[in-house]
Amino acid sequence: MSILAQQSAATGELRSRLNLLTLAAGAVAALVAPFVIYPVFLMNVLCFALFASAFNLLIGFVGLLSFGHAAFFGAAAYVTAHAAKVWGLPTELAILTGALAAAALGLIVGFLAIRRQGIYFSMITLALAQMFYFICLEVPFTHGEDGIQGVPRGTFLGFVNLDNNLAFYFVVLAIVAAGHFAIWRIVHSPFGNILKAIRDNEPRAISLGYNSDSYKLRAFVLSAGLAGLAGGTNAIVFQLATLTGVQWQSSGEVILMTLLGGIGTLAGPPIGAAITIGLQTYLAAVDFPVTVLIGLIFVVCVLLFRRGVAGEILAYMRKRG
Amino acid sequence: MPIDGALLEIEDLNAWYGESHVLHGISFDLREGETLSLIGRNGAGKTTTLRAILGIVRNRKGTIRFRGEDLTAVPLHAIARRGIGYVPEERGIFASLTVAENLVLPPVVKGGGMSEEEIYRLFPNLAERRSSQGTKLSGGEQQMLAIARILRTGADVILLDEPTEGLAPVIVERIGEVMGMLKARGMTIVLVEQNFHFARKLADRYVVVEHGRGVDYFAASELDAKMAGLAEQLGV
Amino acid sequence: MFCIPYVKCLPLVALYGQLLLGLINGSFYALLSLGLAVIFGMLRVINFAHGALYMLGAFVSWWLSITLGIPYWGALIFAPLAVGLVAVLIEKSMLHQMYRLDPLYGLLLTFGITQVIEGTFRYYYGASGQPYPPPPALSGPLNLGFMILPIYRAWVVVISILACLATWLLIERTRIGAYLRAATENPVLVQTFGINVPLMMTLTYAFGAALAGFAGVLAAPIYQVSPLMGTNLIIIVFAVVVAGGMGSILGAIVTGYILGLLEGLTKVFYPEASNIVIFVVMAIVLLLRPAGLFGRAA
Ligand SMILES: Nc1ncnc2c1ncn2[C@@H]1O[C@H](COP(=O)(O)OP(=O)(O)O)[C@@H](O)[C@H]1O
Ligand SMILES: [Mg+2]
Repeated sequence: MSILAQQSAATGELRSRLNLLTLAAGAVAALVAPFVIYPVFLMNVLCFALFASAFNLLIGFVGLLSFGHAAFFGAAAYVTAHAAKVWGLPTELAILTGALAAAALGLIVGFLAIRRQGIYFSMITLALAQMFYFICLEVPFTHGEDGIQGVPRGTFLGFVNLDNNLAFYFVVLAIVAAGHFAIWRIVHSPFGNILKAIRDNEPRAISLGYNSDSYKLRAFVLSAGLAGLAGGTNAIVFQLATLTGVQWQSSGEVILMTLLGGIGTLAGPPIGAAITIGLQTYLAAVDFPVTVLIGLIFVVCVLLFRRGVAGEILAYMRKRG
Repeated sequence: MPIDGALLEIEDLNAWYGESHVLHGISFDLREGETLSLIGRNGAGKTTTLRAILGIVRNRKGTIRFRGEDLTAVPLHAIARRGIGYVPEERGIFASLTVAENLVLPPVVKGGGMSEEEIYRLFPNLAERRSSQGTKLSGGEQQMLAIARILRTGADVILLDEPTEGLAPVIVERIGEVMGMLKARGMTIVLVEQNFHFARKLADRYVVVEHGRGVDYFAASELDAKMAGLAEQLGV
Repeated sequence: MFCIPYVKCLPLVALYGQLLLGLINGSFYALLSLGLAVIFGMLRVINFAHGALYMLGAFVSWWLSITLGIPYWGALIFAPLAVGLVAVLIEKSMLHQMYRLDPLYGLLLTFGITQVIEGTFRYYYGASGQPYPPPPALSGPLNLGFMILPIYRAWVVVISILACLATWLLIERTRIGAYLRAATENPVLVQTFGINVPLMMTLTYAFGAALAGFAGVLAAPIYQVSPLMGTNLIIIVFAVVVAGGMGSILGAIVTGYILGLLEGLTKVFYPEASNIVIFVVMAIVLLLRPAGLFGRAA
């Protein structure tokens, strides 16, 4: 993981200065945006921002490339939708249930995947996610090709009416902000420091007495749970949970968002999510195949732009001192 | 001390592993048909010198001229084609190849190399074990194989890195005989060696390497006079 | 009748039929995982584009047939060559830059290339398939007495076993194969011997890709020629490769066939699970033998 590690090894001071700046800018933008832009679009961006940040927790801070993260996003969407619609759980509990289900799935997938390293880890997560996709295709509770439709939005904590898009937007903003806060805390905790030590040099971390498998697994479960939080919220926003969420293409998209925004940076994944979702929405209106564009961006990012938007900005600022 | 008409001229050669600067301007010349021995403490930069000449260490500066041609501009895989053979310190026998496959792996680059039969006659142990896995050989046999495979290629300049390291005296003697024969055939040799008893039977000249520089140069005839000082310098 | 107590009884003919199907799927798994393993050994890149290259092989056959009237037998030669050529372009223009980077980037790059190739084909040809009939000489059934065997399917099984064996011989028993094995172990030393390793890497990628293209030609008359035919296949092949371990060429081949057969059997006895059986096997192997059936512990 040396290369990913090098990229994220920015000087601490610059980082925190920049982080504060980004945070302030982000907060202002997030508060003003729903009055300018269609809130449902924004909620979608927010959910994917959290999804990408959860994914980045693994690739950026533990050095694990999960190629199956859609399984957690999609699983939470199904469980949340089912809980809200069939069980009639209050929205916040339905979302929470979805996130917990994703974390549980993450425990299983993570347990198997960490038995191999590097590129094998990626292939295993991809394969297990595909297996999960086939299971979703077969079991009745997902309603096959139709998905779970007409999920009630309900009220949040019993008093915020979520049928109002603007009100719902601020609820999603709060959930996503909480998720990001959790990620920020994880990354900057002693636990997070050990994760980074494993990323930078696993044999060394092991020789220092850390049980690297256990740390990797815990990070994996946290990441899956947070991806689930995003997926569950997204299902309520669109009142829908479908197979699209668990397809490997969705795993590819979240990788792209993170790569484009900047692997191993905290601001990168949300930036990447905003760009990617924006592009997809724009392309839906013109006659250009989305997958081709996604593929092209992938290729360009990997060949020329491995630091991503946030990483490039950081590198530029560092050069200027 | 550059000499006109040298086969290989190394001048002010610097090399780096990442950030760490290992060779600090080593210079020496190699004349056709001679055996030049690089001696020096562990970590002095002898191996790195050979690796820089061959282009394995790509991060380098300075002059490497072979038969008048600048080798720094030649791609790694084309250097052997100039007739330079390499016997690395770690021997580099391939585990996924049999002894016979290891032997014929390096392509023939020049006429005048030995045939497989000649080589097997020279190293009967290798002949016996032709179909064993390369790394199943003993250390001494692996060393012989590492030398033998270069003999086939017709290379007339050989860079040998500590061929006797860690080997039993009988085997060292056998390797000495083979090298004596190569020398007699007119082969040009760069020999990195810590073992004076071994080197002195072969070397025409010595370069003492310290901290990535050539700090002393002398001919074989001066060895005895230098011996006491060297022993201290090299910590042997 | 053939019975598994408490599970199911069914006529032997149905069992043979599914075993044959399993053998055919296994042939494709073997050819594809073999190519992946050869490429990975030398380049340290997991070629996500392998499924797209397989699809390309099938499409080139179809094009050759409808535009130039070149029959199956020609496609069997020209389509792998064309796919190999595409691979050379990919390697020369992009992939070679990945070798000095973390292997994850190679996976991401080839994933992007896959999206471009498959997306483009899907844009022009939609998701539906084009028919590609088997050659007349291989059409029709063969009555074996105990079952009716479509000749083309028998041909696919035989020819892909031969192709796997030929590849194995090439790698394990020839001089070029010795270069490949040596360069897989220690590319730098092999270069100092005067072997052009960068060129070998290009050719290795092209060879692995050509094998995928060859599998694509074989598949064209069995499945329809469709832009998405390689999409799901590549993920299954990843599972095969994880289960088998990529250290051994023979291991990749054998695992491919075994898992294909197992999938066929599952279709007979528990069809609901046939989509996931290979992934389940992979998971079990990870639990019991993490390095893979034929892998060496890292
Ligand atoms: N691959 C490497 N990476 C970093 N430093 C190295 C590497 N190989 C050797 N060195 C360092 O370079 C110096 C010279 O090493 P070397 O040329 O092997 O010495 P010698 O062969 O004379 O014993 C030593 O300090 C050694 O630690
Ligand atoms: Mg040395």
